[in-house]
Amino acid sequence: MSLYEWLLFLHVLAAFALVGGVVAYGVVVLAGGGDVVRRTLAVPALALWNAGGVGVLVLGIWLAIDAYEVWDAWILAAIVLWFIASAAGGPLSRDVREDKALDLGAARVRFAVMALATALLLVDMIFKPGA
Amino acid sequence: MLAAVRPDAWNLPLVVHVAGAMLLVGALVVVLVLTAAALRRGDGAAVLVRLGFRGLLLGVLPAYLVMRVGAEWVASEEGVGDPAWIGIGYGVADGGLLLTIVATVAAWRASRRDDAGPGGLRRAVVGLSAVLLVGYVVAVWAMTAKPT
Repeated sequence: MSLYEWLLFLHVLAAFALVGGVVAYGVVVLAGGGDVVRRTLAVPALALWNAGGVGVLVLGIWLAIDAYEVWDAWILAAIVLWFIASAAGGPLSRDVREDKALDLGAARVRFAVMALATALLLVDMIFKPGA
Repeated sequence: MLAAVRPDAWNLPLVVHVAGAMLLVGALVVVLVLTAAALRRGDGAAVLVRLGFRGLLLGVLPAYLVMRVGAEWVASEEGVGDPAWIGIGYGVADGGLLLTIVATVAAWRASRRDDAGPGGLRRAVVGLSAVLLVGYVVAVWAMTAKPT
Protein backbone atom coordinates (compact mmCIF):
# COMPACT_ATOMS: atom_id res chain seq x y z
CA MET A 1 0.00 0.00 0.00
CA SER A 2 1.20 3.48 -0.82
CA LEU A 3 1.35 6.28 1.76
CA TYR A 4 -1.72 7.85 0.14
CA GLU A 5 -3.69 4.60 0.48
CA TRP A 6 -2.68 4.23 4.14
CA LEU A 7 -3.64 7.81 4.88
CA LEU A 8 -6.97 7.41 3.09
CA PHE A 9 -7.75 4.14 4.91
CA LEU A 10 -6.95 5.62 8.34
CA HIS A 11 -8.76 8.87 7.49
CA VAL A 12 -11.92 6.96 6.51
CA LEU A 13 -11.57 4.70 9.57
CA ALA A 14 -11.38 7.82 11.75
CA ALA A 15 -14.52 9.12 10.05
CA PHE A 16 -16.27 5.85 10.91
CA ALA A 17 -15.20 6.32 14.55
CA LEU A 18 -16.48 9.91 14.47
CA VAL A 19 -19.88 8.75 13.24
CA GLY A 20 -19.80 6.00 15.88
CA GLY A 21 -19.49 8.75 18.48
CA VAL A 22 -22.42 10.63 16.93
CA VAL A 23 -24.56 7.47 17.00
CA ALA A 24 -23.62 6.80 20.64
CA TYR A 25 -24.55 10.35 21.68
CA GLY A 26 -27.74 10.00 19.65
CA VAL A 27 -28.69 6.91 21.65
CA VAL A 28 -28.02 8.77 24.92
CA VAL A 29 -30.12 11.83 24.08
CA LEU A 30 -32.82 10.31 21.85
CA ALA A 31 -33.38 6.65 22.69
CA GLY A 32 -34.16 6.91 26.41
CA GLY A 33 -32.83 4.25 28.73
CA GLY A 34 -31.96 6.69 31.48
CA ASP A 35 -28.82 6.89 33.56
CA VAL A 36 -27.70 3.31 32.97
CA VAL A 37 -27.41 3.90 29.22
CA ARG A 38 -25.81 7.31 29.78
CA ARG A 39 -23.21 5.83 32.16
CA THR A 40 -22.52 2.94 29.80
CA LEU A 41 -22.07 5.03 26.66
CA ALA A 42 -20.46 8.21 28.04
CA VAL A 43 -16.84 7.05 27.85
CA PRO A 44 -17.03 5.06 24.57
CA ALA A 45 -18.91 7.93 22.91
CA LEU A 46 -16.26 10.41 24.03
CA ALA A 47 -13.42 8.12 22.92
CA LEU A 48 -14.96 7.59 19.47
CA TRP A 49 -15.82 11.26 19.03
CA ASN A 50 -12.38 12.50 20.11
CA ALA A 51 -10.27 9.86 18.35
CA GLY A 52 -12.38 10.16 15.21
CA GLY A 53 -12.34 13.95 15.30
CA VAL A 54 -8.58 14.25 15.76
CA GLY A 55 -8.00 11.48 13.19
CA VAL A 56 -10.10 12.99 10.43
CA LEU A 57 -8.55 16.44 10.94
CA VAL A 58 -4.88 15.43 11.17
CA LEU A 59 -5.03 12.73 8.49
CA GLY A 60 -7.29 14.89 6.34
CA ILE A 61 -4.82 17.79 6.36
CA TRP A 62 -1.98 15.34 5.65
CA LEU A 63 -3.95 13.97 2.70
CA ALA A 64 -4.69 17.51 1.52
CA ILE A 65 -0.98 18.36 1.56
CA ASP A 66 -0.14 15.09 -0.21
CA ALA A 67 -2.86 15.08 -2.86
CA TYR A 68 -4.73 18.42 -2.95
CA GLU A 69 -4.24 21.99 -1.74
CA VAL A 70 -5.13 22.89 1.85
CA TRP A 71 -6.74 26.14 0.68
CA ASP A 72 -9.14 24.40 -1.73
CA ALA A 73 -12.69 25.60 -0.99
CA TRP A 74 -14.02 22.15 -0.07
CA ILE A 75 -11.14 21.56 2.35
CA LEU A 76 -11.66 24.93 4.03
CA ALA A 77 -15.39 24.15 4.24
CA ALA A 78 -14.55 20.81 5.86
CA ILE A 79 -12.36 22.51 8.48
CA VAL A 80 -15.17 24.99 9.28
CA LEU A 81 -17.68 22.13 9.58
CA TRP A 82 -15.24 20.25 11.81
CA PHE A 83 -15.06 23.24 14.18
CA ILE A 84 -18.86 23.61 14.19
CA ALA A 85 -19.26 19.91 15.04
CA SER A 86 -16.63 20.20 17.76
CA ALA A 87 -18.24 23.33 19.21
CA ALA A 88 -21.48 21.38 19.69
CA GLY A 89 -19.92 18.02 20.54
CA GLY A 90 -17.56 19.31 23.23
CA PRO A 91 -20.26 20.68 25.57
CA LEU A 92 -22.50 17.68 24.84
CA SER A 93 -19.79 15.19 25.80
CA ARG A 94 -19.06 17.18 28.99
CA ASP A 95 -22.75 17.23 29.97
CA VAL A 96 -23.14 13.49 29.30
CA ARG A 97 -20.12 12.69 31.50
CA GLU A 98 -21.22 14.86 34.44
CA ASP A 99 -23.27 13.39 37.29
CA LYS A 100 -25.96 16.06 37.27
CA ALA A 101 -29.23 15.53 35.39
CA LEU A 102 -28.94 16.00 31.64
CA ASP A 103 -30.79 18.98 30.15
CA LEU A 104 -32.34 16.96 27.33
CA GLY A 105 -33.52 20.00 25.38
CA ALA A 106 -30.06 21.56 25.17
CA ALA A 107 -28.45 18.15 24.61
CA ARG A 108 -30.74 17.44 21.66
CA VAL A 109 -29.97 20.81 20.05
CA ARG A 110 -26.23 20.18 20.44
CA PHE A 111 -26.64 16.66 19.08
CA ALA A 112 -28.58 17.98 16.06
CA VAL A 113 -25.81 20.49 15.28
CA MET A 114 -23.01 17.91 15.61
CA ALA A 115 -24.92 15.34 13.54
CA LEU A 116 -25.80 17.84 10.81
CA ALA A 117 -22.24 19.20 10.63
CA THR A 118 -20.87 15.64 10.46
CA ALA A 119 -23.32 14.71 7.69
CA LEU A 120 -22.36 17.83 5.74
CA LEU A 121 -18.69 16.89 6.23
CA LEU A 122 -19.37 13.57 4.50
CA VAL A 123 -21.19 15.25 1.62
CA ASP A 124 -18.36 17.80 1.30
CA MET A 125 -15.71 15.06 1.30
CA ILE A 126 -17.40 13.14 -1.51
CA PHE A 127 -18.71 15.96 -3.72
CA LYS A 128 -15.57 18.10 -3.20
CA PRO A 129 -17.24 21.33 -4.40
CA GLY A 130 -14.80 23.59 -6.21
CA ALA A 131 -12.17 20.86 -6.65
CA MET B 1 0.56 11.79 -5.79
CA LEU B 2 -2.65 13.20 -7.24
CA ALA B 3 -5.90 11.77 -5.95
CA ALA B 4 -8.26 10.07 -8.36
CA VAL B 5 -11.10 12.22 -9.68
CA ARG B 6 -14.42 10.46 -10.22
CA PRO B 7 -17.35 11.54 -12.40
CA ASP B 8 -20.00 13.68 -10.66
CA ALA B 9 -22.69 11.05 -11.33
CA TRP B 10 -21.01 8.69 -8.86
CA ASN B 11 -21.12 11.12 -5.95
CA LEU B 12 -24.73 10.78 -4.77
CA PRO B 13 -24.77 6.96 -4.76
CA LEU B 14 -21.39 7.03 -3.02
CA VAL B 15 -22.77 9.34 -0.30
CA VAL B 16 -25.68 6.92 0.21
CA HIS B 17 -23.31 3.94 0.35
CA VAL B 18 -20.79 5.51 2.73
CA ALA B 19 -23.43 7.11 4.98
CA GLY B 20 -25.19 3.76 5.30
CA ALA B 21 -21.90 2.01 6.06
CA MET B 22 -20.95 4.60 8.69
CA LEU B 23 -24.34 4.39 10.42
CA LEU B 24 -24.13 0.58 10.24
CA VAL B 25 -20.74 0.49 11.95
CA GLY B 26 -21.71 3.21 14.43
CA ALA B 27 -24.86 1.34 15.45
CA LEU B 28 -22.91 -1.90 15.68
CA VAL B 29 -20.32 -0.32 18.00
CA VAL B 30 -23.14 0.92 20.25
CA VAL B 31 -24.76 -2.55 20.27
CA LEU B 32 -21.40 -4.10 21.18
CA VAL B 33 -20.83 -1.64 24.05
CA LEU B 34 -24.37 -2.04 25.42
CA THR B 35 -24.45 -5.83 25.31
CA ALA B 36 -20.88 -6.17 26.62
CA ALA B 37 -21.84 -3.94 29.56
CA ALA B 38 -24.91 -6.13 30.15
CA LEU B 39 -22.60 -9.15 30.59
CA ARG B 40 -21.43 -7.63 33.86
CA ARG B 41 -24.97 -8.29 35.13
CA GLY B 42 -25.03 -5.12 37.16
CA ASP B 43 -27.95 -2.75 37.56
CA GLY B 44 -29.86 -2.21 34.35
CA ALA B 45 -28.50 -5.18 32.39
CA ALA B 46 -31.98 -5.93 31.06
CA VAL B 47 -32.35 -2.33 29.85
CA LEU B 48 -28.99 -2.56 28.06
CA VAL B 49 -29.90 -5.83 26.32
CA ARG B 50 -33.28 -4.47 25.22
CA LEU B 51 -31.59 -1.37 23.81
CA GLY B 52 -28.99 -3.57 22.12
CA PHE B 53 -31.78 -5.51 20.43
CA ARG B 54 -33.45 -2.26 19.32
CA GLY B 55 -30.07 -1.07 18.04
CA LEU B 56 -29.74 -4.14 15.85
CA LEU B 57 -33.33 -4.07 14.63
CA LEU B 58 -33.80 -0.32 14.14
CA GLY B 59 -30.19 0.79 13.61
CA VAL B 60 -27.94 -1.88 12.14
CA LEU B 61 -30.41 -3.60 9.78
CA PRO B 62 -31.85 -0.40 8.19
CA ALA B 63 -28.32 1.04 7.86
CA TYR B 64 -27.24 -2.21 6.19
CA LEU B 65 -30.06 -1.79 3.69
CA VAL B 66 -28.99 1.79 2.90
CA MET B 67 -25.35 0.70 2.56
CA ARG B 68 -26.25 -2.19 0.27
CA VAL B 69 -28.62 -0.17 -1.93
CA GLY B 70 -25.90 2.48 -2.22
CA ALA B 71 -23.34 -0.19 -3.12
CA GLU B 72 -25.49 -1.55 -5.93
CA TRP B 73 -26.17 1.98 -7.16
CA VAL B 74 -22.45 2.84 -7.18
CA ALA B 75 -21.58 -0.44 -8.90
CA SER B 76 -24.19 0.18 -11.61
CA GLU B 77 -22.83 3.70 -12.23
CA GLU B 78 -19.16 2.74 -12.21
CA GLY B 79 -19.29 -0.54 -14.12
CA VAL B 80 -16.12 -1.59 -12.32
CA GLY B 81 -16.31 -5.26 -13.21
CA ASP B 82 -15.23 -7.77 -10.61
CA PRO B 83 -11.90 -6.78 -9.04
CA ALA B 84 -10.80 -8.27 -5.70
CA TRP B 85 -11.90 -5.30 -3.60
CA ILE B 86 -15.46 -5.58 -4.91
CA GLY B 87 -15.42 -9.29 -4.07
CA ILE B 88 -14.22 -8.53 -0.54
CA GLY B 89 -16.99 -5.95 -0.13
CA TYR B 90 -19.71 -8.32 -1.31
CA GLY B 91 -18.31 -11.19 0.77
CA VAL B 92 -18.27 -9.12 3.96
CA ALA B 93 -21.73 -7.68 3.21
CA ASP B 94 -23.35 -11.05 2.48
CA GLY B 95 -21.76 -12.81 5.44
CA GLY B 96 -22.43 -9.74 7.56
CA LEU B 97 -26.15 -9.83 6.83
CA LEU B 98 -26.38 -13.46 7.93
CA LEU B 99 -24.47 -12.78 11.17
CA THR B 100 -26.53 -9.64 11.81
CA ILE B 101 -29.78 -11.60 11.50
CA VAL B 102 -28.46 -14.27 13.88
CA ALA B 103 -27.32 -11.58 16.34
CA THR B 104 -30.71 -9.84 16.14
CA VAL B 105 -32.58 -13.06 16.90
CA ALA B 106 -30.18 -13.82 19.77
CA ALA B 107 -30.61 -10.29 21.16
CA TRP B 108 -34.40 -10.58 20.88
CA ARG B 109 -34.38 -13.84 22.81
CA ALA B 110 -31.95 -12.44 25.38
CA SER B 111 -34.14 -9.35 25.83
CA ARG B 112 -37.10 -11.56 26.75
CA ARG B 113 -35.22 -13.19 29.62
CA ASP B 114 -34.70 -11.58 33.00
CA ASP B 115 -31.33 -10.80 34.58
CA ALA B 116 -31.14 -14.23 36.19
CA GLY B 117 -31.28 -16.02 32.84
CA PRO B 118 -28.29 -17.67 31.20
CA GLY B 119 -25.79 -15.31 29.57
CA GLY B 120 -25.03 -17.42 26.51
CA LEU B 121 -27.27 -15.39 24.23
CA ARG B 122 -25.76 -12.12 25.45
CA ARG B 123 -22.26 -13.45 24.89
CA ALA B 124 -23.32 -14.57 21.41
CA VAL B 125 -24.52 -11.05 20.56
CA VAL B 126 -21.25 -9.57 21.85
CA GLY B 127 -19.17 -12.10 19.90
CA LEU B 128 -21.13 -11.69 16.68
CA SER B 129 -20.98 -7.89 16.93
CA ALA B 130 -17.21 -8.02 17.43
CA VAL B 131 -16.75 -10.35 14.44
CA LEU B 132 -18.94 -8.08 12.31
CA LEU B 133 -16.89 -5.04 13.27
CA VAL B 134 -13.64 -6.76 12.30
CA GLY B 135 -15.22 -7.71 8.97
CA TYR B 136 -16.34 -4.17 8.30
CA VAL B 137 -12.87 -2.78 9.08
CA VAL B 138 -11.53 -5.20 6.44
CA ALA B 139 -14.23 -3.96 4.04
CA VAL B 140 -13.25 -0.32 4.69
CA TRP B 141 -9.64 -1.25 3.96
CA ALA B 142 -10.70 -2.97 0.71
CA MET B 143 -12.84 -0.01 -0.36
CA THR B 144 -10.04 2.51 0.25
CA ALA B 145 -6.92 0.54 -0.77
CA LYS B 146 -8.74 -1.25 -3.62
CA PRO B 147 -6.44 -4.31 -3.84
CA THR B 148 -6.54 -5.98 -7.26
